[in-house]
Amino acid sequence: MAGKKKKEFEELRIGVFICDCGSNIAGHLDCKAVTEYAATLPGVVFAKENLYTCSEAGILEIQEAIKKHKLNRVVVASCSPRTHQPLFQNSCKSAGLNPYLFEMVNIRDQCSWVHMQDRENATRKAMDLVRMAVARAAFLEPQQDIESPLTPRVGVIGGGSAGLSAAEGLSRMGLEVVLVEKNKELGGLLRNLHKVAPEGVDASERLEGLIQDVSSRPNVKIFTGAELKSLDGYVGNYVMNIRDGEGQTVKESVGCLVIAIGAIPLVQKGLFGHDGKRVITQMELEPILKKGKFDAKRVVMIQCAGARGDERSYCSRICCMIAVKNAMFIKKLSPDTEIRILYRDMQMYGTEKEKMLWEARGEGIRFEVYDPAHPPEVGDKAVRLRQPLLGREIEFAYDLVVLSTPLVAREDASELSQLLRVPMDQNGFFLEAHAKLRPLDFAADGIFLAGSCRYPATYDEARSQGLGAAARVGTILFKDKLVTSAIVAEINPETCVGCMGCLQMCPYGAISYDQERKICQVNEILCKGCGCCAATCPSESASLRGFKPQQLMSQIRAVMEG
Amino acid sequence: MSRDILVIGGGIAGIQAALDLAEMDFKVHLVERLPSIGGKMAQLDKTFPTNDCAI
Repeated sequence: MAGKKKKEFEELRIGVFICDCGSNIAGHLDCKAVTEYAATLPGVVFAKENLYTCSEAGILEIQEAIKKHKLNRVVVASCSPRTHQPLFQNSCKSAGLNPYLFEMVNIRDQCSWVHMQDRENATRKAMDLVRMAVARAAFLEPQQDIESPLTPRVGVIGGGSAGLSAAEGLSRMGLEVVLVEKNKELGGLLRNLHKVAPEGVDASERLEGLIQDVSSRPNVKIFTGAELKSLDGYVGNYVMNIRDGEGQTVKESVGCLVIAIGAIPLVQKGLFGHDGKRVITQMELEPILKKGKFDAKRVVMIQCAGARGDERSYCSRICCMIAVKNAMFIKKLSPDTEIRILYRDMQMYGTEKEKMLWEARGEGIRFEVYDPAHPPEVGDKAVRLRQPLLGREIEFAYDLVVLSTPLVAREDASELSQLLRVPMDQNGFFLEAHAKLRPLDFAADGIFLAGSCRYPATYDEARSQGLGAAARVGTILFKDKLVTSAIVAEINPETCVGCMGCLQMCPYGAISYDQERKICQVNEILCKGCGCCAATCPSESASLRGFKPQQLMSQIRAVMEG
Repeated sequence: MSRDILVIGGGIAGIQAALDLAEMDFKVHLVERLPSIGGKMAQLDKTFPTNDCAI
């Protein structure tokens, strides 16, 4: 207990602040009694009840108390540390107290909310929790945040609309970019498209502008015909091992990565009689439209071909708009061509695209609904459809059938997912860190995603996501250095026997084995402070800062003392 | 050139923009017409598909 011995030199001066949270806490338990109780606990020299501890007045009270009463530990009993711990820690810091000497108790979620009907026991439980926190606070040690340098360069994987947009955004922000494209040419799917809806701009015009802009930037380095083979390091200090166009391996240091590898339009021989001639996909139609000559007089488009079924359950989202866009261009090239779009439900989101749908109807494009239980059947000369409203079969003779097939995940996406240790969904699309709060982030620090590798995206969406991912990179790389929490694991080299139990448990790959010294070591930047290693280590060599055995045991002992 | 940034609208888009800009070390002024920030999101209970509490 070397730590305890050291503590004896320093007199404990703990300050406890009990928050009423208006009536949110005080309405269901006796905050005054909890405060009076806290004042009697060992080491506590100051206890105060606040109406709102997180208010400006509450914060000021903590800061003044630290100075006036020479507090060397602060405990706040209030709401969730998830939302308020950083605020209180920073307040302690600006009053001159090391932020790691702060301890928080959640008497809102754990007392007033769950025991709303039982004031007496809610109060007792709050007292128990405060006693535990005070016991733990006594053993807290000051810590320094971990600082490491940042490489102000970014790797962008994929040179389609999303990747190019990310590269453009990053370059404009003054960050160096390393763009890696697998194909010989930049451009991705946009290269094959005719026009971009709803403005009707030539896809090639838009694309060439983007490629020229990105290629002419002195701080963008482009690799084509190249591939990311492996990735070393961690956020702020990644090293990409790239196989370049000549088959050579090149190392590039980057601080962050943007993944924008796109997706592929499904082409499946035999699907609704697909033969690539009379039955083609929307993607195969685009180059025909690009040539500007269209002969077919009777066109039938089939929506959700190969999507929203047993094999692929998802909606590719953009195909309705592609079909309407292409149908309208056919009408422009060949006004007397009859076009029917067989659909399940039309998804034309946004004001412009919905307007397009109505314009298409105005131009005489016919929309026929079909029931997924009775999909259209493509015969030699006609498409047979069971009209659900009339309940009878109708036939449409055709010269050309166009299938609106979904975008599917690239086959090499799973390789990249393993290489970067980032997750995919059941369809092979990459999974963001949080669907709502972090749509362009991966859970892995410093790696972001954009475009159709995340989910089928229109050009506008891929571009916004690319620019958005660039901005997200800025939140990391615009700083002078990377600062991470000091709450990480440490392994005592004196007692570690190198059994590697911790190495297998670590979910973040933060532990490595030193062959020479025959012990395990922690990479402090990769470590997220989960404590799996500390719980696994048979010799207590691995421990988590701020959650060492004596800190936890004192808290547990305090439960029994009540 | 002033490095301060004005964000108009304190809904989810405005708040996220302000947060990201603040992370980039810009000084941000977030202006909201209503007495509290949060916009439409603050009126929701749960958000689909994760069913997280909207607040």
